[in-house]
Amino acid sequence: MSLDIPRVCGVQRENNIPEGVLVPGSQPYQVTSCFDESTQNSLKSTLIEVRGVSKSFRIQQASFCVFEGLNLAIEEGSFVSIVGPSGCGKSTLLKVIAGLQRPTSGSVFFKGEPVTKPPANMIYLFQQYPKSVFPWRTVWQNVLFGIEDKKDLDRGEIQERGRKYLALVGLQGNETLYPSQLSGGMQQRLAIARALACEPEVVLMDEPFSAVDALTRMKLQQLLLEIWDRVNITVIFVTHDVEEAALLSRRVIALTRTPAIIDKDLRIDLPYPRNHLTTREDPRFGSYRRELLQSIFQAESM
Amino acid sequence: MREKWPGITLISILLAGWEVLVRSGMIDTPSLPPVSLIFIAWYQAVISGELIGHLLPSLQRIAIGYSLAIAVAVPLGLLMGSIKLVYSLFEPLTELIRPIPSAAYVPMAILFFGIGNEMKVFVIFLACIWPILLNTYGAVRGIDPVLVETGRTFGYSHAKVLRKVVFPSILPEIFTGMRVSLGIALIVVVVAEMIAGNNGIGYFILDRQRFFRVAAMIAGIFTLGIVGYALNWVFLRFEGYVLRWRQTSGS
Repeated sequence: MSLDIPRVCGVQRENNIPEGVLVPGSQPYQVTSCFDESTQNSLKSTLIEVRGVSKSFRIQQASFCVFEGLNLAIEEGSFVSIVGPSGCGKSTLLKVIAGLQRPTSGSVFFKGEPVTKPPANMIYLFQQYPKSVFPWRTVWQNVLFGIEDKKDLDRGEIQERGRKYLALVGLQGNETLYPSQLSGGMQQRLAIARALACEPEVVLMDEPFSAVDALTRMKLQQLLLEIWDRVNITVIFVTHDVEEAALLSRRVIALTRTPAIIDKDLRIDLPYPRNHLTTREDPRFGSYRRELLQSIFQAESM
Repeated sequence: MREKWPGITLISILLAGWEVLVRSGMIDTPSLPPVSLIFIAWYQAVISGELIGHLLPSLQRIAIGYSLAIAVAVPLGLLMGSIKLVYSLFEPLTELIRPIPSAAYVPMAILFFGIGNEMKVFVIFLACIWPILLNTYGAVRGIDPVLVETGRTFGYSHAKVLRKVVFPSILPEIFTGMRVSLGIALIVVVVAEMIAGNNGIGYFILDRQRFFRVAAMIAGIFTLGIVGYALNWVFLRFEGYVLRWRQTSGS
């Protein structure tokens, strides 16, 4: 088996070997895809592995290939964004990882196990949050949705979790309201709290902030940064907004137009904790943004 | 209450007009007694317990037949909506039986069940199933996939998603079907009681007509209006309580 670009990256990170160094018996590292390993603080194991995944849809008689032979290794505790031109299959890829859609070929491994149905420790957050939070449940009932039947939790623990994660997203005091009484930003925070209440290992977010106004989006991005800082989770984040990707994530994967392949696998080497003011002023932020935009513009113009 | 006054006024004017037209001789037929006589006959039928004695069996038949219809139609509709095989199995059958007017199978039902309660309950049951069934499986088939996938991503099985997500989300559509069926139940019980039997509000009306007690007959018809209104009122209260989350938007 030949080592493909992102896999090399994963291997390299695990071994903590600087860019461009050759390891005996292995292939040369491909410079375009790799990180500067010197700031990598700890050795993290691979949590999710996408191996040779292809997805095509049949539209009438024709078969339409969304992406083909994608390989990706995502390590525990990371924050990875997937960007790309519209319609490049970012969301489809996320759904395949979540086990909500089956790949046409290849497979996704979560902690070494092939994903055949949605794993309980992996929560998918939908872009269309007004449809995703349950209108017939109050805020409190919504936040308990994923944990209310858990056998290993007693009533007190369930309530405690509900309180904790509502407070984390700043929704305490709104328990008895129905989603229709909440603003868009509050509904999305509720969806986040409901996901976190399950204490998942992975949260998959599909353009979660694309439907709110600009100010709310900035607040939610800040909230997500704080949550990721405080809660031990791996986040895979799909967005069409390269600035959002650069601001939030540790690693950004840029896809090409369909049939999509990985165009860039970029490490965002900006210090945490990040915020809208200082992070955006960092000159490196500008260059990441530029590099990602170039990738997308290039893909769009093809 | 304020918005009801114009309607109540109109009803009063119509009743008064009826009274005047009949009393003045402008309408002169034994088929249409003045309203005052109808109210007297109505009062007598209530006081004697006669009307209640016929109304209660009818309400009981509706209650049983209607509940059975809900108990069958909702689960079957959920299965038809979520499992393709069940859908393709039952859908043609449904489409064939559904258009048959329920009065048409009363004679058949008499052969099987006689002229007693069972026949009437069966006919109500059969007539009430379709609106609920159609609304249920239609709603399940048209459900937003985001809702189902949200349930799935929390690791719940298909059966659990059906119970915890699909069912509550389509309750408004189920209630719409139930409300249609409730009206049908009232129609069907009257028809069935008129065709066969010796009690019930349908029988009461037909019997008064046969013996030309026109005022009492019309009192029976008025009673059906009141009963239909009351059933719908209770139903809307119940629906409003169960679906209270729908009334909170915009606040």
